[in-house]
Amino acid sequence: MNAPAPNSTAPKVVGAEKIKVVVSAIVPLNNLVTRFEFKRAGGGQFPTFSGGAHTVVEMQDGDFKRINPYSLMSDPADRDTYAISVRRDDQGRGGSLFLHQKVQVGATMTLSFPVNLFSLDLRARKHLFVAGGIGITPFMSQIKQLDAVHGNWELHYSCRNPELGSYVDELTTKYAHSVNVYYDDKKQLIDLENLLDGQPIGTHLYVCGPKGMIDWVRTTAAAAGWPDAHVHHEEFLAPQPGKPFAVRLAKSGLSVEVGEHESLLEAIERLGVEPPYLCRGGACGQCETDVLESEGTFIHRDHWLEDDEKSSGVKIMPCVSRFEGKTLVLDR
Amino acid sequence: MTIQFNDETFRDDYSFSNSQRAKDRFPFPFHEDSYMYSINMEQHQGGPADSIYEKRFDVDEHYLAEMRDRALVLADDPLRCQSLPHMTLAGWDLLELIMVSKSEDYPELFELHRNGFKWHWINKPMGIEDHFVFMDETTLPYGPMEYITRQTQGDFCVLDQREDNLWMDAGMVTTQADWSLDFDIGMNFFEWHAPVPLAHEKGIFKRALKFLLSIQQGAPARRLNWTMTVNPLLDTSPENYHKWGVQKNTLTPENLGSKQHLRVELQTFFRLPRSNGLVFPIRCYLMSFQDIMAKPKWGRRLHRVVRDLPEELATYKGFIDNRPMMLDFLAQYDDGLPTSFGVWADEHSEPSLKK
Repeated sequence: MNAPAPNSTAPKVVGAEKIKVVVSAIVPLNNLVTRFEFKRAGGGQFPTFSGGAHTVVEMQDGDFKRINPYSLMSDPADRDTYAISVRRDDQGRGGSLFLHQKVQVGATMTLSFPVNLFSLDLRARKHLFVAGGIGITPFMSQIKQLDAVHGNWELHYSCRNPELGSYVDELTTKYAHSVNVYYDDKKQLIDLENLLDGQPIGTHLYVCGPKGMIDWVRTTAAAAGWPDAHVHHEEFLAPQPGKPFAVRLAKSGLSVEVGEHESLLEAIERLGVEPPYLCRGGACGQCETDVLESEGTFIHRDHWLEDDEKSSGVKIMPCVSRFEGKTLVLDR
Repeated sequence: MTIQFNDETFRDDYSFSNSQRAKDRFPFPFHEDSYMYSINMEQHQGGPADSIYEKRFDVDEHYLAEMRDRALVLADDPLRCQSLPHMTLAGWDLLELIMVSKSEDYPELFELHRNGFKWHWINKPMGIEDHFVFMDETTLPYGPMEYITRQTQGDFCVLDQREDNLWMDAGMVTTQADWSLDFDIGMNFFEWHAPVPLAHEKGIFKRALKFLLSIQQGAPARRLNWTMTVNPLLDTSPENYHKWGVQKNTLTPENLGSKQHLRVELQTFFRLPRSNGLVFPIRCYLMSFQDIMAKPKWGRRLHRVVRDLPEELATYKGFIDNRPMMLDFLAQYDDGLPTSFGVWADEHSEPSLKK
């Protein structure tokens, strides 16, 4: 780049701004979900954010730095506290287990500035939210943002059972007329076709939850003629374990073995090479990396690359995708 | 540092002038002896002391005169300031960003006192003092974007972000290089850039959009752009082309040095926290050719850039007809010596002109 301004270092666009925090409260909500609240280390206020934003949390777990994105679910207007709610995943790679089992009040962590990949469309005449399980978290901050300006919204929230219905009490107490809760155990299902059919012109639909729910809502809305631009979803993938594989980074002249429980991005970072990222979950596109040479099979898991980019093997999203085979050379 | 604000005009008698300080901090935009589009983006996190890059919103000697000129433009044409209904929250974001930045960066000029949502704003140079309720439009004399941009140099495009695109859904645009907010309002990034030659083919806009969409809170960015303006005129809008277009015909070899100005835009980009929108301030700096020629390196380089600029760009930037006359003037200041890399004038190390 031809930077016109003086004394410039190479522009580092993302991942540059971090906030040091102290864990100020740990509140178990039920058997699976715990809320973690943060204050700014050394005092001071947090930046405001927009409903639906997430933060990327860096945790030091022994020698291993865990870096996971979580939706900010506190009130965007509250600049003293940030909060995330984390569902324990016993089969996951250990980030949520670390938070649940090892983190105590007073622990220090590093957060990214808020990033929003699931923003409200502020043109909407009405916001219709569909949440499944822990997918409730981005809606918590969106609801607080809209409530402050008397916005028009409605929530349909599906949980496994009353015990696991995180924030159901808070939501149904504060917003009795806007919140509808469905329990799988009681065979209560969202009557989606009717629900969509009854919405006024100018409604925007938002869905966050398990992949099956997201697909169901998007497919149903599309079949009912909803424009794509009015249907919003957020799905961050967690990296999945897989067979170890070797990768060579051409620019840096380094090689590394990606471990079974490690993502390709994490292995690259372990070498001191830092691709940009905003989500680490296959959605934002920032860590997109050119493949220079490969002999083997790609396991593409991201939502970012086009199908032809995936099948031609010219690009990979190292945050969630893996490789099996003999040779992989990346332009990093 | 105390700023002496100029009593000057950007119209009629054109009494605008740059002090020595303003000349020394002028953002000369060419880092080498030729020019082609590039995204040339870098972080907007300060810069050398007293440079235009140092503060988030640069306030200089032209502040009061620019604000008077803006008020005149708005009185003639209120559509220079527009905000679609969903952009009010972004307007509050912008008001907060500017008030906080200016009160922190220029405490002797601006004060902001906040008690919850009860805010107290003091703009000493303009003699403005207002108490208002943040997020309550009825407590300000204008909408939040209009209120604060009537007090801040530069044009402001307030962009909504949705569908992986940016939308020109609000703005205050009175000092523009021949584009119209009223025409562009509601357009997306590719639509409002459609008239720019050569850059689409180079994929510049696709890459630029990708960059802008990922600008984060707390990590603003900046770049420079430039064009040419005859007379120190801020309002070179399509709406008023009938007034300023003809002024391009008034150039003569005798008056060119004082009338012909290089117009440089400092473009910055900030993520807006509450709305998740993006604000794109475009700050205009003008410097006459004769003032630029006082810096030997800039004189040599400007001649080479103007001489070698592709015809499409000279046409798009509106000076193709005057280019021969400009080159006759500029050639006097180009002795063929090499120039150092980078935008700075390097007055202590660059040789003076060999006549």
